[in-house]
Amino acid sequence: MRGQEAREQAGRKALMATLAHAAADEIARLWNESGLPSEAELLRGPETGLVTVRGRIGGGGAPFNVGEATVTRATVRLPSGQVGHSYALGRDKGKARLAAIADALWQDPAHREAVETKLAAPLRAALDAARETRRVETAATKVDFFTMVRGED
Amino acid sequence: MYVAVKGGEAAIANAHRLLADRRRGDRTVPALRLDQIVEQLALGVDRVMSEGSLYDRELAALAVVQARGDMIEAIFLVRAYRTTLPRFGYTNPVDTGAMQLERRVSATYKDLPGGQVLGPTFDYTHRLLDPELAAGADVETPAQRSAEVEAMPRVSAILAHEGLIEVDGEMPLDHVPGDITREPLQFPMARDIRLQALSRGDEGFLLALGYSTQRGYARNHPFVGEVRIGEVELELDVPELPFAVPLGSIRVTECQMVNQFKGSAKAPPQFTRGYGLVFGQSERKAMAMALCDRALRAGELGEDVVAAAQDEEFVISHSDNVQATGFVEHLKLPHYVDFQAELGLVRRMRAEYEARENEDKAAEEKREAAE
Repeated sequence: MRGQEAREQAGRKALMATLAHAAADEIARLWNESGLPSEAELLRGPETGLVTVRGRIGGGGAPFNVGEATVTRATVRLPSGQVGHSYALGRDKGKARLAAIADALWQDPAHREAVETKLAAPLRAALDAARETRRVETAATKVDFFTMVRGED
Repeated sequence: MYVAVKGGEAAIANAHRLLADRRRGDRTVPALRLDQIVEQLALGVDRVMSEGSLYDRELAALAVVQARGDMIEAIFLVRAYRTTLPRFGYTNPVDTGAMQLERRVSATYKDLPGGQVLGPTFDYTHRLLDPELAAGADVETPAQRSAEVEAMPRVSAILAHEGLIEVDGEMPLDHVPGDITREPLQFPMARDIRLQALSRGDEGFLLALGYSTQRGYARNHPFVGEVRIGEVELELDVPELPFAVPLGSIRVTECQMVNQFKGSAKAPPQFTRGYGLVFGQSERKAMAMALCDRALRAGELGEDVVAAAQDEEFVISHSDNVQATGFVEHLKLPHYVDFQAELGLVRRMRAEYEARENEDKAAEEKREAAE
């Protein structure tokens, strides 16, 4: 049961991470194609606020506050009762609302599969591809050192 | 007696209208869009985010346009906006070791795990103005190289194995990170609070102070152990969820400065460290921050405090360019009454001075006449 619960939480968190990284218009476009329902009652927000970003002294030491970032969040309830939350950097309220509905739908066994395949999977694929492009572009700037032999013997 | 003087409403309104016109400039030139600024003036946007202490690219771009490119004015606008928003909480500390790297160089180790990765750097450019850019020439797509995914541990973690470098800065376990946005500055201050102030500090001020340490004012023999730039994930603990909620990622620049240290009564000979972490891509700022962080640890390491860069109250009290510009620029606002009072005072002093001079002169003449 504990393993099951942990897997459940990891899946839900992975969806939230994907939605937080994804662009608002991409989420909206996929949503329209997916046929997922978008009726939900707003319980909170969407509202924009700040989080204070923390770092660590020396990279791994004691925490310190670096500065703030804008975050927008929303909480919704589906007609079927599930409550969904969303948090993401930025100020996009439409994205916050859709992401909260996605979180709520994901908790409904009748919709989880559709949320995963029609929304999360294509978003994840696009994000992974973009990340991979960045990685190989960065890798092309890696220095290959070689030794020059000067003079004879 | 206090006399209030009113006036200038129409002049002020018209001045602001004129400002809007001059900001827009020649109407036959297309107006800038925010996405153009975000994409093409990205490092300027990063500076406004770093010193405005608010990570939001569009807002920083808006501030840059609204301020007509005046960076400190833009930073001021962002700081003012911040105060209008509620705070949801403090994120979990970012893990810079897990950064999606865009650049990573070390001046201390040539062959380190992950290697030297230059990324989009100005280094090694010839600093020649490019007429092709002015003509709007097309730009090549970047080269790509398929490479194994490699872990890139922080250089400080590599050096730590020999025990010749101090560990990451620790605080007592029950220490709650201080927050200068909540509590007024108090001296002496803990290193965590100093770092918060330095991270939002003025790049030029920190650069000059860092430079001063290199030129011998609090010399501390720095090497860049590592500079890394890239995206780190943010997570926030919230009461409504049983796990830390992912928020997305932000770009940061981190600098590990490694400093030779001959030892003191308080610490053995070893490499000490200065640390810099700033929003966006700005290695100049991160390096300057790390130099200042190290210099400001003089007391902790038992060094003599002999230079400006080591003086915590001096550095931290003057590093905030919004405060600095506020106090300097307020001098141009009406001080008519203050000045009238001073004018009266100077007139009186001058009259007394002249009276004294005349008396002296008269006495002198009298004495000469007597002789």
